Amino acid sequence: MSSVARFTENVQDGRRVLRFEGDLTLSRLGVLPARLDRLKGNGFEIDLSGVGRMDTIGAWVVHRTARDRSARIVGASEGAQTLLNQVSQSDQPVKVRPDPPPPMQRVLNQIGSATLEAGRTLRGLLAFFGAMLISFVYVARHPRRFRINAVVQRFEVVGVHAFGIIGLMSFLVGIVIAQQGAVQLRQFGAEVFTVNLIGRSAIKELGVLMTAIMVAGRSGSSFAAQLGSMKLAEEVDAMRTIGVSPMEALVLPRVFATVMMMPLLSFYAAIVAVIGGGIFCWVSLGIPPITFVQRTREVVPMTDLWQLLIKAPVFGLIISMAGCFQGMQVKSDAEEVGFRTTTAVVQAIFLVIVLDAFFAVFFTSVGWL
Amino acid sequence: MAVSEDQELIVEIKGLKNCFGEQVVHEGLDLEVRPGEILGVVGGSGTGKSVLMRSVIGLQRPVEGEIRVFGQPVIGRDDSELQGIRKRWGILFQGAALFSTLTVAENVQVPLREFYPRLSERLLDEIAAYKIVMVGLPPDAGPKFPAELSGGMRKRAGIARALALDPELLFLDEPTAGLDPIGAAAFDQLILDLRGQLGLTVFLITHDLDTLYSICDRVAVLAEGKVIAVGTIPELLALDHEWIQEYFRGPRGRAAEEAVEAEAESKAEAAQKQGADR
Repeated sequence: MSSVARFTENVQDGRRVLRFEGDLTLSRLGVLPARLDRLKGNGFEIDLSGVGRMDTIGAWVVHRTARDRSARIVGASEGAQTLLNQVSQSDQPVKVRPDPPPPMQRVLNQIGSATLEAGRTLRGLLAFFGAMLISFVYVARHPRRFRINAVVQRFEVVGVHAFGIIGLMSFLVGIVIAQQGAVQLRQFGAEVFTVNLIGRSAIKELGVLMTAIMVAGRSGSSFAAQLGSMKLAEEVDAMRTIGVSPMEALVLPRVFATVMMMPLLSFYAAIVAVIGGGIFCWVSLGIPPITFVQRTREVVPMTDLWQLLIKAPVFGLIISMAGCFQGMQVKSDAEEVGFRTTTAVVQAIFLVIVLDAFFAVFFTSVGWL
Repeated sequence: MAVSEDQELIVEIKGLKNCFGEQVVHEGLDLEVRPGEILGVVGGSGTGKSVLMRSVIGLQRPVEGEIRVFGQPVIGRDDSELQGIRKRWGILFQGAALFSTLTVAENVQVPLREFYPRLSERLLDEIAAYKIVMVGLPPDAGPKFPAELSGGMRKRAGIARALALDPELLFLDEPTAGLDPIGAAAFDQLILDLRGQLGLTVFLITHDLDTLYSICDRVAVLAEGKVIAVGTIPELLALDHEWIQEYFRGPRGRAAEEAVEAEAESKAEAAQKQGADR
């Protein structure tokens, strides 16, 4: 019953007439709009008497042709006329897409807003750090407000649940360092120094760095996503109105737990890396475990461990603060939660590596070689 | 107009059963939606109004029962077989469910692009433009993102997207929830107008008594896992059921009833005056 929309062009009594036939509905339009666009000339007549069904899109196509070609519509049924009136009423200049600014202006605009954004982030981060210190001091003076349960729960999520993955990663890194080092040192006949390489690099740098990256990916991102979703659902606002400070209830436990867990995880990661390297030395280089442990004790100074234990809590602070800060910045929609989560991880890892470089210079200059 | 010529039922639900684990939501539910009507679905919270709608549109697979839309069964059919039916209905979800990364105009174009990839860009833009005006959005709403719109405007944009393909059947899930009374009344009027202009059939879930009184042709009452009554409001009021009486005769129900009566009276008076003036 329904048929494809089409039109035929005739001349009747000296006038050009386009006679439409078939169903003027979206599913039956086919190439009709394109054909109409290619039509030349103006001032013809549009005869709708042969049209079956019609919907607003069909009516729009007819209306548009009539409007642009100053054509007259005849033979419309009552229903079709209603639809034509309807669409012609809705024919108003509507902007469909935002105007693209000129390229030069767009580039300047992007640079400017990126600069402003960077400044705003820096200021926001400082303000956030300050607010956190204030609530830390407040909690220190009113220890009963310290949320021990929340902290212990975070210990579990940040620390205990990360044991498996960090252990496996460190073990493999230890093996890789030992293997790569041994290949190079063998050229000088100095394979035995592989022990120095493993012990010092794992304890001084790798343990803490790899752990920081893993914690940023596991916990920093989840802090940002959790707090971001809570902000979207107005949970944070609800907390404030009840008189619970989000700083105390949400941020401090997370920061505290991460600061506490980072040294433990880093130490564990360093030891597992040394064990991994030791196993490689035993299997591949024939250095027995007893010798390996003795060598390690001789070549790794205590200051390496102090470095690890100083750096780890600082990194923990940075990771948890970046996560919580980005989470609390979420305002509009779900997309922003994702964006802020990514930013939190990128910021955390970047800051950790920059700070690690500063630490290296600092410790060298104080003589902790 | 885009109304089916024959008077077949638009939606037909028979013996529907829905469960979530142990909890039975619907059992032996029957409901019919007739062409061209606005059917209101009411029921207490948790009686499964939204679940009913989700079953009909294929988002919830019922345990038992038969659902026909436009005379075709929808349960247990492939996606490809359902495409033909999906083209013919539009859905407005409770929170409008606009795609947050697309502008309003792009949101309206999504179904068009999906089902009719050969439409020209120019026609797509024009269609989006008049749909936006048709649902009563301001002309500058096209390039805005959903996050920049108010709740009422978001719902209008949702309707514009639901109407993109000129559907015959429109599902509305609590369209006036969260709107102020003026916005809600304007939205009711919009639904009535669109029904009049486009010959839509509307399946409407609502808690809003004003909406029920002012635009619904029939109302279906959901309780005890089934539709306990369907009919016009006067028909429902004649029934001796505790929940129905409480729902429509409660303080809010009475207020809505009086408002509708007052409006009818003022219209009658105006008509009389006009007659007298002549």
